[in-house]
Amino acid sequence: MDSGREPAQVYGSMQIELAWTIIPTLIVVVLFLATARVIHAIQDAPKPAGALDVIAIGHQYWWEFRYPKLGIVTANELHIPVSDPGHPRPTFLQLLSADTDHSFWVPQLAGKTDLIPNHPNRMWMDPQRTGVFLGQCAQYCGTQHAKMLLRVSVDGPEDFASWVHAQQKLAVEDAAAIAGRRVFERNACMNCHVVAGTPADGRFGPDLTHLMSRATIAAGAAENTHKNLRLWIQDPSVIKPGSLMPAMKLSDADLDAVVSYMETLR
Amino acid sequence: MSSNAITIPGAQIEARPCVDELHLWLTTVDHKRLGILYILSALLFLVIGGVEALVIRIQLMHSHNNFVSPEVFNRMFTMHGTTMIFFVAMPVLFGFANYLVPLMIGARDMAFPRLNAFSFWLSFLGGLLLYFSFLGGSGLYGAGSAPDVGWWSYAPLGARAFSPGHSSDYWTLTLLVSGFGSIGTAINIIATILCLRCPGMKINRMPLLVWMNLVMAGMVLLAITPLSAAQIMLLIDRYLGGHFFDTQAGGSAVLWMHFFWIFGHPEVYVLIIPCFAFMSEIIPVFSRKPIFGYPVMVAATVCIGFVSMSVWAHHMFTIGMNSYANSFFTLTTMAVGVPTGIKIFNWIGTMWGGRIQFKTPMLFSIGFLFQFLIAGLTGIMMAASPFDWQLSLSYFVVAHFHYVIVGGILFALFAAFYYWYPKMTGRMLSELLGKWHFWLFLIGFHLTFDVMHIPGVLGMPRRIYTYEPGRGWDTLNFIITIGAFIQALAILVFVTNLVISYLKGAQAGNDPWDAWTLEWSIGSPPPVYNFVTVPTVASRRPLWDLKHPEDPDSRYE
Repeated sequence: MDSGREPAQVYGSMQIELAWTIIPTLIVVVLFLATARVIHAIQDAPKPAGALDVIAIGHQYWWEFRYPKLGIVTANELHIPVSDPGHPRPTFLQLLSADTDHSFWVPQLAGKTDLIPNHPNRMWMDPQRTGVFLGQCAQYCGTQHAKMLLRVSVDGPEDFASWVHAQQKLAVEDAAAIAGRRVFERNACMNCHVVAGTPADGRFGPDLTHLMSRATIAAGAAENTHKNLRLWIQDPSVIKPGSLMPAMKLSDADLDAVVSYMETLR
Repeated sequence: MSSNAITIPGAQIEARPCVDELHLWLTTVDHKRLGILYILSALLFLVIGGVEALVIRIQLMHSHNNFVSPEVFNRMFTMHGTTMIFFVAMPVLFGFANYLVPLMIGARDMAFPRLNAFSFWLSFLGGLLLYFSFLGGSGLYGAGSAPDVGWWSYAPLGARAFSPGHSSDYWTLTLLVSGFGSIGTAINIIATILCLRCPGMKINRMPLLVWMNLVMAGMVLLAITPLSAAQIMLLIDRYLGGHFFDTQAGGSAVLWMHFFWIFGHPEVYVLIIPCFAFMSEIIPVFSRKPIFGYPVMVAATVCIGFVSMSVWAHHMFTIGMNSYANSFFTLTTMAVGVPTGIKIFNWIGTMWGGRIQFKTPMLFSIGFLFQFLIAGLTGIMMAASPFDWQLSLSYFVVAHFHYVIVGGILFALFAAFYYWYPKMTGRMLSELLGKWHFWLFLIGFHLTFDVMHIPGVLGMPRRIYTYEPGRGWDTLNFIITIGAFIQALAILVFVTNLVISYLKGAQAGNDPWDAWTLEWSIGSPPPVYNFVTVPTVASRRPLWDLKHPEDPDSRYE
């Protein structure tokens, strides 16, 4: 190649190097200070007296929610009160895990925080408007990580109070569903599920006391309809392959009876 | 031997060129052959890992797709990540380092040729061990049991309670075996650079590629050792009743995260610094100017090496560290952007006022510059931990690190392939196919990874095998999948180019790019001994001095 056509050979310039070192450094300092302020404001926020306490426990592949001060236990669908700047009523979550790592993420309400066994975490949410907000487990937790869905219902004060009131009751006793209840209690169902006020007190699966108050089953994988409920009890892996709930191989008659019993649990 | 040969009348003793050639490659201790072996094994695993990526993308093409089961999907993303990091990116970069470092410092081989061969075979057999898991395990559905715990195998998912079979043992042993290979190679690179430089090659005259590989090798030593230690601890947990990470018995899941990421983040720089090295050689040659700010580039590299050892917990902003820890890792992570930015500025400074030649290596280099800049900017976004609480573990992160690894590392690697292939084979790669490769890959890349940021912001977590309709993710995922197939097509063009040019490419000659470092002073491919007489250098661009005796660099240094 014609060396006469080589461009001027420039080896560097200390002034320019200093300029593009110092200016980015200043930008980083400003960015850091701004960020540190937000970190402090979020993580070290004091808990107001009116805050609601909820314990969220991650399970393969569903969510357990316990309201220790209200005596409520539910699953997968979290109800929290709406907050307003005049009367802040944030929800403080304590995050635990029963098995592997999970992560609580409802993008429209807060950033995510992991649920790690032996490592209790906390986070808070302060929603300013009512509605149902969708989220899901964000930390890979096993085969069915994808269908570990999460719904948060932010309720107005009256709605929340009436929801709390309903959830605090024991399970409805319906004589018409006694056959289904017998099937439920005769089989292994009761080893994993709670139906408050009955002998069923298993802790491995979701609390079913007020199953019909929830819009979905299988941690949000299916709508809570008669057809889905029957299919789910018949063979959970059809809706959610890898689910840890076993197919109980019930006869059609027993299956219908159990589904009828479930449908009384309002 | 020949004197003892028994001649059988009527029978010819066949020459066995194929067997002899194979024997030569299997037993070689030549740094150039080992470099090529590293590169070829990486290409093999690139194709395998790419197919896994396509399986993932087909499954996610639309909501509630049933292309593969969740079990298979989980294996696919675990194997894809493990393969691409440990059996594509690291080996291919070690391959180039092996091939180029001795040539660039005027040495006849690496410092420890046998260790070099041993390291390569450990790394390659590690890869085979990983894939043997598909056949060798007793897995679900009798279809083998490839690891399905994710490429970082967070505790306690890797504990026996949750991974009872042997699938995660394959993962553990694989990383242990290939990790020893990496440590061997790192020691070898450091010893070679420190001890085997030719006369006149003072440490401040080494080509930047050599400097950067020195830093990379130092980081490998510091990063791989905690990973290997963690794998041994995990084995103790699983088979000797230890409780390091066994949360069911009081172990700590967070301890595993620290072990993994104190490897995992320096690892990113282990991969990207050799790519900075390629850029620092290729951009000057195709701009016809020396690198702008050589001493600053060296200082920035060393600085990145140190700072990047203190940023690991930015992978853990969501695990509930206190506000001081989060602030610290926010600061260090943002700070590492400064020396990285200096590098980008210096490459642009090199191109500034140059006579830029848009050959394929330069096209890929420019692609690298743009994409690495964007990857760095999304990195700064996520360094702000409150922002990361939203985006961590989402598809935004997946888009970000693929921007680094594909848009940055892979583009730089393609530039390196087009640049040094003539040296390795004696043939030029086709420019026409090279341009097809570049443009197809560029379009596919942006279609996939630009779009991929959006579902992350919309709330789509990573590692889900399916998603619900009605979340607004369907169309985006469909576009991402199309982009993936365009990238696959580009890779096909690339591999075709490698094969066709090897057979029919134009003769390269010693110095096809009119370049300035020592490897271009000898034949293509270089002879086994590299240099007939060990060269003596007087500047950072010895070949410039030879070509321009009237105005040598040595006058200014």
